[in-house]
Amino acid sequence: MNTVVIGVIGADVHAVGNKIIDYVLTEQGFNVVNIGVLSSQEDFINAAIETDAKAILVSSLYGHGEMDCRFFKEKCEEAGLGHVKLYVGGNIVVGKQDFGEVEKRFKTMGFDRVYPPGQKIEHALCDLREDLGT
Amino acid sequence: MNPYLLVDFGSTYTKLTAVDLEGEYIIGTAKAPTTVETNVLDGYDRAFKYLINDHPEIKEISGISACSSAAGGLKMAAIGLVEELTVEAAKRACLGAGAIVKKIYSHHMTKHEARELSEADIDIVLLAGGTNGGNKECILHNARKLKEINIDVPVIIAGNKDATDEIEELFEGTGIEYVIVKNVMPQLKKLNVKEAKFAIRKIFIEKIIEAKGIKKAEEKIGEIIMPTPEAVLQAAELLSEGFEDEEGYGELIVVDIGGATTDVHTIGEGFPKRTEVILKGLEEPFAKRTVEGDLGMRYSANALLGNVSNYEFKKYFEEDDKCNHNIEASLERRAKNVDFIPETKDEEEFDKAIAKICCDISMSRHVGHVEVVHTPLGNMYYQTGKDLSGIRYVIGTGGVLINNKEAKKILKQVNKKSNKILELRPTNPSILLDKSYILSGMGLLSQKYPKLALKLMKQYLM
Repeated sequence: MNTVVIGVIGADVHAVGNKIIDYVLTEQGFNVVNIGVLSSQEDFINAAIETDAKAILVSSLYGHGEMDCRFFKEKCEEAGLGHVKLYVGGNIVVGKQDFGEVEKRFKTMGFDRVYPPGQKIEHALCDLREDLGT
Repeated sequence: MNPYLLVDFGSTYTKLTAVDLEGEYIIGTAKAPTTVETNVLDGYDRAFKYLINDHPEIKEISGISACSSAAGGLKMAAIGLVEELTVEAAKRACLGAGAIVKKIYSHHMTKHEARELSEADIDIVLLAGGTNGGNKECILHNARKLKEINIDVPVIIAGNKDATDEIEELFEGTGIEYVIVKNVMPQLKKLNVKEAKFAIRKIFIEKIIEAKGIKKAEEKIGEIIMPTPEAVLQAAELLSEGFEDEEGYGELIVVDIGGATTDVHTIGEGFPKRTEVILKGLEEPFAKRTVEGDLGMRYSANALLGNVSNYEFKKYFEEDDKCNHNIEASLERRAKNVDFIPETKDEEEFDKAIAKICCDISMSRHVGHVEVVHTPLGNMYYQTGKDLSGIRYVIGTGGVLINNKEAKKILKQVNKKSNKILELRPTNPSILLDKSYILSGMGLLSQKYPKLALKLMKQYLM
């Protein structure tokens, strides 16, 4: 069974989306390790190491996601998690910005998949299956 | 009269406590230097003679229970994967079982670390790493390293269950003694140390006691059932929780300031007390023990200046203390002469300052901390560790402490401090002293007579 780590990054306490992701992915046969809200990059990384996770799904709804996600990929590399897929989604930037631009920025930061506000988890589920080859 | 004897083979003293099971009181206590080098029974016999001299009314002993921390106590190495997670879980299993954690390794052990481990003076290795179904490559690597050095002390395997078959195959036929128990961290941040603790105690009883030359004692007094610190922890747990209709004291702390280490035990959940506080980190054990190897009155006195500066040290002297203490020299004297007993007022004052530092810093390390996070929804707080602000009782034990006239003043160091505002320390607990040194004995007694042990503690801790 594939393990994925999910959580809400930074000083963000929005728990609803996090619960939905947990519910859907568990139902679809993933071993979901949910580290919950107010999680730091280190929390995600430590959880992924111990549980041998194949992907890390980062949520952020409060607009500061871009700051919270800086150097996340580099830290993963440092921790030997270079192979772990990195997803991010939610209201990940401040204000209304062109999503194409936002996606580009986050991909440059090392994220494999970037989702705009209002994206359904089912969409990410398809990508996850494709990326993990299941 | 129906006297029952409790024996604690300590590192310096063999301590006896005689309890009357019928009259429900402590008949008396006695101690004599521990004699591990020759025959451990010599020290015991001498202490027993003192006891009988003082209490000739003891004619016959109906039963004996014993614990031991002699010959350096139980020394362990803890191995895990991530420091904050399985390494910490492994450490807590060791500490909860009454061991001193001498060596700690995280991630993949290097050849150098493996060599260091093989040369280290330890009694048991606890090998953890990975949640169940999680990372198993690391624990396998570390198991191979243990095989390479042909580890000659028992190994307790308490990691990812998916790896246990392979480890078993690896160790088969090598002569390595091992036992497989449940993972200390089966799921992320879930602590499960019960089986590992039990395995540690079993090995301690079956093997370690013999290796330390204490086995001889068993001919006379029966099985030595646990390491002393575990007995103290069990006594504390009983005193906190109560037994049947005999009420306990609720959440409490036991501080044991010794010559080499300072142990802090807390019994209590320590959950956040406010809704805007979010708990972080690994789950805390209900009965938690921490051991500070660099905080002690004698053996580790020299390490104190690594923890506080000279300037900070002076703040622990009493305001009316006019003596111009030479801090370095006084510490050095105590470290070199571990049997040092203060004779003058100044020496006593200096000892008091050391004890205060041990108490204060060990508390800082044991207690939970909060950290402020500014969110769009206002301030939120992270709590790591236990919130002990509501603790009602603090109990002091340990030779130096209970012999000090101002022991209660020393123990006040556990309280909330204006310069350590983010530490979740007790606010205003009642302070009790283990004057007759009965805590470990009561832990032993509680195995068979919990209610009596509880009653006696409530009576004799003051």
